[in-house]
Amino acid sequence: MPTAKSSASPISRVNDFVVRFANVNGSGSASANEMFARAIMRMGVPVAPRNIFPSNIQGLPTWYEVRVTEASHLGARGGSDLMVAMNPQTFDKDIASIEPGGYLFYDSTKELPASKFRADITVIGMPLTAICNREYTDPRQRQLFKNIIYIGALSALLDMDMTALEKLIGEQYKGKEKLIEPNLKALNIGRDYAILNLQCPIGLRVRKADKVGDRIFIEGNAAAALGAVYGGATVCAWYPITPSSGLADAFTKYCEKLRIDPETKKAKYAIVQAEDELASIGMVIGASWNGARAFTATSGPGISLMQEFIGLAYFAEIPAVIFDVQRAGPSTGMPTRTQQCDIISCAYASHGDTKHVLLFPENPAEAFEFGAIAFDLADRLQTPIFVMLDLDIGMNHHLSRPLVWDDARKFDRGKVMTAEELEAGKDFGRYLDVDGDGIPYRTYPGTHPTKGSFFTRGTSRDRYAKYTEEGAPYVDNMQRLVRKFDTAKDLVPRPLQSNSVNQTKYGVIYFGSTSPAMDEAIHMIESRGHTLDRMRLRAFPFHSSVNSFVADHDFVFVVEQNRDAQLRSLIVNECGIDPVRLVPILHYDGTPITARFIAKAIGDHLDQLKVTPLKVNS
Amino acid sequence: MTYLAKPKFHHPNLPKNDLGYTHRDYEGTVSTLCAGCGHDSITAAIIQACFELSIEPHRVAKISGIGCSSKTPTYFLGNSHGFNSVHGRMPSVLTGANLANRDLIYLGVSGDGDSASIGFGQFAHALRRGVNMAYIVENNGVYGLTKGQFSATADRGSKSKRGVTNTDNSIDLAAIALQLGASFVARSFSGDKHQLVPIIKAAISHRGAAFIDIISPCVAFNNHAGSTKSFDFVREHNEAVNRLDVISSRMPIEVKYAPGTVEIVEQHDGSTIALRKLDADYDVHDRSAALGFLQHHAAKGQIVTGLLHVEKDSDDLHAHLHTVDAPLNALNEKELCPGQAALDTFNASMR
Ligand SMILES: Cc1ncc(C[n+]2csc(CCOP(=O)(O)OP(=O)(O)O)c2C)c(N)n1
Ligand code: SF4
Ligand SMILES: [Mg+2]
Repeated sequence: MPTAKSSASPISRVNDFVVRFANVNGSGSASANEMFARAIMRMGVPVAPRNIFPSNIQGLPTWYEVRVTEASHLGARGGSDLMVAMNPQTFDKDIASIEPGGYLFYDSTKELPASKFRADITVIGMPLTAICNREYTDPRQRQLFKNIIYIGALSALLDMDMTALEKLIGEQYKGKEKLIEPNLKALNIGRDYAILNLQCPIGLRVRKADKVGDRIFIEGNAAAALGAVYGGATVCAWYPITPSSGLADAFTKYCEKLRIDPETKKAKYAIVQAEDELASIGMVIGASWNGARAFTATSGPGISLMQEFIGLAYFAEIPAVIFDVQRAGPSTGMPTRTQQCDIISCAYASHGDTKHVLLFPENPAEAFEFGAIAFDLADRLQTPIFVMLDLDIGMNHHLSRPLVWDDARKFDRGKVMTAEELEAGKDFGRYLDVDGDGIPYRTYPGTHPTKGSFFTRGTSRDRYAKYTEEGAPYVDNMQRLVRKFDTAKDLVPRPLQSNSVNQTKYGVIYFGSTSPAMDEAIHMIESRGHTLDRMRLRAFPFHSSVNSFVADHDFVFVVEQNRDAQLRSLIVNECGIDPVRLVPILHYDGTPITARFIAKAIGDHLDQLKVTPLKVNS
Repeated sequence: MTYLAKPKFHHPNLPKNDLGYTHRDYEGTVSTLCAGCGHDSITAAIIQACFELSIEPHRVAKISGIGCSSKTPTYFLGNSHGFNSVHGRMPSVLTGANLANRDLIYLGVSGDGDSASIGFGQFAHALRRGVNMAYIVENNGVYGLTKGQFSATADRGSKSKRGVTNTDNSIDLAAIALQLGASFVARSFSGDKHQLVPIIKAAISHRGAAFIDIISPCVAFNNHAGSTKSFDFVREHNEAVNRLDVISSRMPIEVKYAPGTVEIVEQHDGSTIALRKLDADYDVHDRSAALGFLQHHAAKGQIVTGLLHVEKDSDDLHAHLHTVDAPLNALNEKELCPGQAALDTFNASMR
């Protein structure tokens, strides 16, 4: 039995710590680890799990971190208080990442030299391989049940409620009841061993609470896909790419459940896995041109391929919804790591003068809402709408407010001229700005035998869709597109501002998945004696309140997850703001941004300002 | 280039089709292509085919890529919606449009550059998906619009107008369409309207992916000695396997040809194709024999034309996806949005 040796005083915390599992990809650990996170949530304690996985199917290292946070700090925190080190490849690095006073749980079947450990942590060894070899003969079972056994041990070490875990096993194997018993047995093997042989509980503990409320546990990709179902999408064309594939998979799953005609059993949707991203966006544009609501889901490399078509949709004014689940670029970059790095490539996608509408959901609940709104906006504005998710939102489970829908809500199909209107003699000019908002009327193909047909093209045309290469009608059309983009400013979700109780000269702008870390960081910054006003951007084009927010502060931090301060560039460019007023705070190593990072970067900056040099009157 | 509206005066004695439309109702604007361009003859054949089939002119969606050939949808069916998309991507736009509304007729118009070079992938995938459409390639072996560069269908050894010899192997789109499982494959010649019009009619009436490779000489860049897509060369090397007539279901079936050389092929919409076989051995239902036949004659420098293959019980992408009968673009929130009740169940399952 390995000894627990420590010199720093062990961390002692209830419902506020980080457990990190280090595993080998493909070893079946993911579902066991997720069950651990869910069990804590079922105990009424909020959790924020994050999967850090390689671009590989089997063999490379993978981590799963569970932040246990009664205070609902749902952003990544960084560091780990308890490391469950199951991967020999990363063992040394994993040990190094433990917080001083933290805990190490490892497989002690093979004796390790004392030099392998740190003196300032508590080391908990359990001969997992030996136990599995004794209990099971089948190698696959040895592997799979090892995961459940260590969860059982953790439940004792962290003083967790067993009923939650047992219930979860029952739910997980619903329909495969044969598997329930052996899983429960494995759970108990681990728990019993820990109770008998290890010092239980340790300083980290989970205690029942009532802090989860009615929140749900959901991945952003699933929520966005459900948003597309509720938003009335009937055509989905896509090409597999991490981290967006889950969105198309979820759409398929929900359609199979919710969109089958009860009588005929036929599908009220069409999903095509296209040959590439050019074809997927082409299908979306063709379907939208023909009056269906259509979308694609992709990531940065797909956006690069779609450029020409996106310009066509912009110029020919065809609705399209594009979910971009961003991952770290450039090129193939870090395909399984998160970033907010496609802001510029989406905002200005395609050659020539183009600008596009972007939506920035902060979490799954907003991914659902924006996923649905995107279709209304696309139809209303007759242009591509980008829903900018990222790997962190898309592929991790987030504790999120429940999804709601107003049953009285109608789809906004935008300005579509009907056969009756045409018949009544209404003037139809496909690119005619009748209402002064830059948005023209369109007709669906096949509407009327003699009226309202037009030719859609990527070449220049006049207000009645007639081909022309003349300068004046071209400029007239380009100016109308600018007007239309101005109209968009008031249609897209507004920025949310929250001012500090104390007057402050400083502000911070952020968006998307940075949100939970920012919420937490603001308190950390306050505890350093600084105050900040906050503005969370939810869409591009920017609402006029962005200008006033910047104008109201001496300077504003812009926090984002890319190297080049892309959002800041967009603000400078589109709002005509002096770049000196916008201080970039950039996190881009592929891990989700943390409150610690933000608080340190902003806090250090503000500390420097506090040391005001003596002013000599001039 | 400017837009030219065609004056529409209707001669009272113009012949009318079953729906009461005249030939004029199927025309578009005046062509701006070079005088004598093969593509204009194809336009005329499309107009004739639609007139004869008594199609509601506005119930067709004309979709094309980029090129001289892809411009032609403006020159026919002026009351139909058209979409001149991007180079080589007509098939995906058409696929999406078709998914949105299965009730329209889809006419895809493309060039050999558009389909055999930049859009080779999309050409292949739309055919293998079985999108219900008539996919026409106006094949001149050159990039007309960018002034005469070789395309991927130019024959090896053929000479460009500037005297350059093509050293790359050529792509036979009809042979590839056969291989990809297109359920209707034909080849014709822009200069042979008696063969072409019935083929277009049959392709439009066909359910599933119908592909027609139409040799269409480019008078500006491909109508000289040494070109294998010139009028003269095609006329001399044309090996027609059959001539056909399409008889719409509304007309009584009258077979004018001597028995033994005629085969009647029934289409899904009830129309029939009467095939007058020139080569007695030719079987339009045998895909692999058709491929062999093409290759055998190609080796002899012959261009096989006619209906090369038609599948008897073809179906289309909508059948594969098992979509509802109503066009997807006609479904409203009641039919599409599951509402709060379903969300309540969903939320409960996510805790
Ligand atoms: C992405 C892109 N690359 C290049 C072009 C230039 N371009 C226009 S038409 C054309 C070739 C058209 O050839 P084909 O499809 O055979 O049509 P044709 O003019 O011969 O009828 C090319 C290369 C383009 N429009 N788009
Ligand atoms: S360049 Fe060739 S293909 Fe183009 S219009 Fe002229 S003849 Fe036709
Ligand atoms: Mg060509």
